[in-house]
Amino acid sequence: MLELNNIRTSYGQIEALKGISLRIDQGEIVCLIGSNGAGKSTALMTISGILRPKSGSITFIGSNISNMPPHSIVEMGISHVPEGRRIFSRLTVKENLEIGAYTKKSKFKNQNSKLKKQYEKIFEMFPVLKERQKQMGGTLSGGEQQMLAISRALMSGPKLLILDEPSLGLAPIIVSRIFRAIREINHEGVTILLVEQNAHAALNLSNRGYVLESGKITMHGMGKELLNDEQVKKAYLGE
Amino acid sequence: MLPIYTYLIFSVLKPLLFLLKSSVFVQQVINGLTVGGVYALIALGYTMVYGILELINFAHGEIYMLGAYLGIIFLGFFTAIGLTSFSLPLSLFLAFILSIIFCSSYGYTMEKIAYKPLRNAPRLSPLISAIGVSIFLQNYVMLTQGATDKVFPHIVENAGLEIGGVSVTYIQLFIITVSVLMMLSLHIFITRTRMGKAMRAVAQDKTMASLVGINIDTVISVTFVIGSGLAAVAGLMVASYYGLVNYSIGYIAGIKAFTAAVLGGIGSIPGAMFGGIFLGLIESLSAAYISPEYKDAYAFIILIIILLIKPSGLFGKSQEEKV
Ligand SMILES: Nc1ncnc2c1ncn2[C@@H]1O[C@H](COP(=O)(O)OP(=O)(O)O)[C@@H](O)[C@H]1O
Ligand SMILES: [Mg+2]
Repeated sequence: MLELNNIRTSYGQIEALKGISLRIDQGEIVCLIGSNGAGKSTALMTISGILRPKSGSITFIGSNISNMPPHSIVEMGISHVPEGRRIFSRLTVKENLEIGAYTKKSKFKNQNSKLKKQYEKIFEMFPVLKERQKQMGGTLSGGEQQMLAISRALMSGPKLLILDEPSLGLAPIIVSRIFRAIREINHEGVTILLVEQNAHAALNLSNRGYVLESGKITMHGMGKELLNDEQVKKAYLGE
Repeated sequence: MLPIYTYLIFSVLKPLLFLLKSSVFVQQVINGLTVGGVYALIALGYTMVYGILELINFAHGEIYMLGAYLGIIFLGFFTAIGLTSFSLPLSLFLAFILSIIFCSSYGYTMEKIAYKPLRNAPRLSPLISAIGVSIFLQNYVMLTQGATDKVFPHIVENAGLEIGGVSVTYIQLFIITVSVLMMLSLHIFITRTRMGKAMRAVAQDKTMASLVGINIDTVISVTFVIGSGLAAVAGLMVASYYGLVNYSIGYIAGIKAFTAAVLGGIGSIPGAMFGGIFLGLIESLSAAYISPEYKDAYAFIILIIILLIKPSGLFGKSQEEKV
């Protein structure tokens, strides 16, 4: 579904991605783990078109998207929940969701009923958002903001959902709530690329995983394999 | 104790009541609202562009000046072909629409040529480019229309209403009504429509706005088009109010409107509306009660006082809130 081929991305003189390649198949949950500063967020921002790769190619369902503007990539079916959630704090919860559906112009009747269903699904998954519809995004707690960020990304009806450290700074009980939601979303047919520092939970959830170190992919395997790998255990699982 | 309070209250209230009752006061409020409405319309253009690009578009005053000239040109043409004597409201309506279309095209083009290429340049570059556009437009109008004052076609009678010593001309009523209507429409556009919400999202976080699929370039263009359209309306109305137009009127009006935008908190749309009206009221009241010579200075004195107390302006978001 998505394929990165030898991608290099730099910030000025500093090369943050030194030629990474990875592949995600339809219906999978794939995670990318690595320590702080390894280049995980850079990789995701390059996929979404916010950063331009110096070289290499990104293919999504058969088309080369590495030179497309970010808004066209969203229209292609990739939705990105960035690190730190980035809720529009001065828009209401409802408006944050509406803006998530920006690419879905409600010109057609059936589009409208589709959107309605999407809202229902989201409010069923996160009932708290329904209660807080009229509140400003900035007034939500960290966990609620993460739920809103994921819901906002789902509003465009993505084929691939990218999540950058969704568990960051959240209480364990909320983290398990979020991970459960990710599994549910995947069951509905959405492919998932997950970046996490919480490697244990991420590898448990994923079909496959990649390990990124200083801008290079150093390991790759099935989720369970990586969980039992001695090196991964030492470096990322604190064992 | 009581008598002292009573005395104090009366000594303050009595002159205040007298002031409010006097027809001079009401007259000045009406004059102030007229000018203030116009300032507000121009200030909206500054504040919207700043909200989206953090750029002070110094050339915005020139768009207002172009609006005034275009009004003269179109109304002059309509008078020549006899349309104004056939139907004045129709010719005014057409003049407004045409000025809006022309000014919006100027605003759109200005952004594409002078600002877009500098989107990622250091902050000073687009500012200098803005000053360049401003000088260019002033000279362009001076060369094509002449350096002397142009007279606005006298098509609306200077008539009005006279109530208890207060006179309101029809032009004043027209300006106040149109300003309020424009501001209401803008408010509805920003709060209710898909594009309005996208504009607010882009103003808050451009990267995130692109991640939800908003085309940032489109939103920026729409911002310039709307701001320029409002300035066109302001220019045409002021030209009909004062009757004279000059290639340099954009400069002072621009500074005043910019002051209004800063007063209300630059980047804030209600702030620009309030700031414009507030500024108009201060100017006309201080001209009447203190002295008319320093009319322009009072606005800046108030601005300095407000900025000392609340640096982000009356409606501004404090800096920490901007991530
Ligand atoms: N905006 C930026 N400008 C310059 N360097 C950056 C920027 N963002 C990230 N970097 C650098 O790129 C590298 C990778 O960062 P990042 O992708 O954020 O890592 P991760 O998400 O894995 O923690 C780090 O060395 C970081 O310092
Ligand atoms: Mg990161």
